Amino acid sequence: MFAFTYHRPDTVTAAVDLLRAHEEAKPLAGGQTLIATLKQRLAAPSDLVDLSGLPALRAITLADGRLIIGAIARHADVEASPTVRESLPALAALAGLIGDPAVRNRGTLGGSIANNDPSADYPAACLALAATIVTDRREIAAADFFTGLFETALEPDEIVVQVSFPLGGEGAYEKFRNPASRYAMAGVFVWRGDASLGETGVRVAVTGAGQGGVFRWSEAEAALAGAFNPAALESLGLPADEMIADIHGGGAYRAHLVREMARRAVARLMAAAA
Amino acid sequence: MQPNAFDDASFPYSPARALSLTVNGSAVSVTADVRTLLVQLLRDDLRLTGTHVGCDTSQCGACTVHVDGEAVKACAVLAVQAEGCAVLTIEGVATGEKLHPMQEAFREHHGLQCGFCTPGMILSAMDMVRRHGPVLDETTVRAELEGNICRCTGYHNIVTAIVAGARAMGAAPAHGVD
Repeated sequence: MFAFTYHRPDTVTAAVDLLRAHEEAKPLAGGQTLIATLKQRLAAPSDLVDLSGLPALRAITLADGRLIIGAIARHADVEASPTVRESLPALAALAGLIGDPAVRNRGTLGGSIANNDPSADYPAACLALAATIVTDRREIAAADFFTGLFETALEPDEIVVQVSFPLGGEGAYEKFRNPASRYAMAGVFVWRGDASLGETGVRVAVTGAGQGGVFRWSEAEAALAGAFNPAALESLGLPADEMIADIHGGGAYRAHLVREMARRAVARLMAAAA
Repeated sequence: MQPNAFDDASFPYSPARALSLTVNGSAVSVTADVRTLLVQLLRDDLRLTGTHVGCDTSQCGACTVHVDGEAVKACAVLAVQAEGCAVLTIEGVATGEKLHPMQEAFREHHGLQCGFCTPGMILSAMDMVRRHGPVLDETTVRAELEGNICRCTGYHNIVTAIVAGARAMGAAPAHGVD
C-alpha cells in the first residue's frame, strides 16, 4: 500500500470536511473492494476517511411508504433485517448473494453503489426499484446516479448517507455468479408494479454484463408490459458487441445469460403471485 | 504474491498510530503503521500465527477471525478498523486444554488434512451458529462455506464436522472468549 493518513470522524459534517480538505482523500466504508485495491497499489489516496464512526448511517427504517437503508448498513444487515425481508424481500435476497458471509459482514450498501463496479449487485436493484440516493447535500435519482464504469454522479467530497426505496409492486433478482469471484456475470432485477392498483409498469435492470455498467433493458420492459411471462423475452436479444467480453465469457454468452436471468426472474415473480 | 506493506523502503511509512483493542480476551495496545492489515497485526506483531494467509485476496477464508463476534477476512480489514473491537482468533477458541466443541468436532470427524484452512473453517462455522442457531442442515453449511476454501480434499468431512460441532455448541455452555 502507498502511504495514507487515516481518519475516523464522528459526524457526517466532519467526514465531508475531511474529504474537502484533502483533495486525494477517499471515504472508507466496509473496505471489501477498497482495501484490496490499496493492497494492489491500484489507488493512492492521501487520506482515508473511515465512515464506521457514524452508526446512525447503519439504520434501516420504514417511512412514508419507503424503505430507507443507511449507507453503511452491511450486506449481512440487509440480508437479515426483518424490515427488509417483509417490505422488500428481493432486496434482502440480493444482499445474501453478495460475496460470501465474511464479506457480507463488512461490505456496505453505500460502498457498493459509490464504487459502481459493473458487476456489483446493488446498482441493479437501485435502478429497477427507482431508488433515491440521499447524500450529505442532495437527493439523486438512481437513473442519474450511475454514470458509467466505476463512475457516479457523486462529487469527490460527497458521501452517500442513505438509499431510499419506494415500496409497492414486486421485485425479483436472478444472478449468474462467477464461481470464483462471486460477482455477477449477469444479474437481472425485474420489478413489476401492483396490477391490483392498475400499475402496469415493468422495470428490468441488468448488471454484470453491459460494457457501460448497469443499464435498463427497455426492450424487455416493453415486451413484459405487453405480456408478463418468460416467453415474452424469447425473441429478444441484446447486442453481443455491447456486452462485457473477458476471460470468463464472451459477449454472446453474456447476452444469453442476461436473457436467461431475466426469464428466471419473471418466472419467480409469476410463481410468487400464483 | 502481493507486496507486503513493509517490504519496500522506497515507500514512506504512513503515520504510525497507537491502537487499543481486545484480542482473545486480553487488552492489547500497539503502535502500528496505519497500513497494517489486521492479519499482519495478529501474525507479525502479536505472533498469533494460527490465523493464516492463503490467497491474500479475500477469496480463501484462511484468515477468518471474529471482530465483535462476527466472522471477517482479516486480510481485507485494516488493523485500525478494529480499534476498540474484540477480536477472536483460533488461539482464543479453546478453554485452556479443553477444545471448543467445534474444534472437537473437526477432530472427531476428521474435518481436516493439512490443517491450513482449518482455523478459518472453525471461525466461520462458529459464525454460522451465531446466525442460524445450533441446528444446521448440510445444504446450509455447504452454502455458508462458499468463502472458505480447502485444497486438500472434498468438503464432506468438514460439513459433517460443522453440523456435529454446531449441535454440540447448542448443548454445551459457552466456550472461548468472544
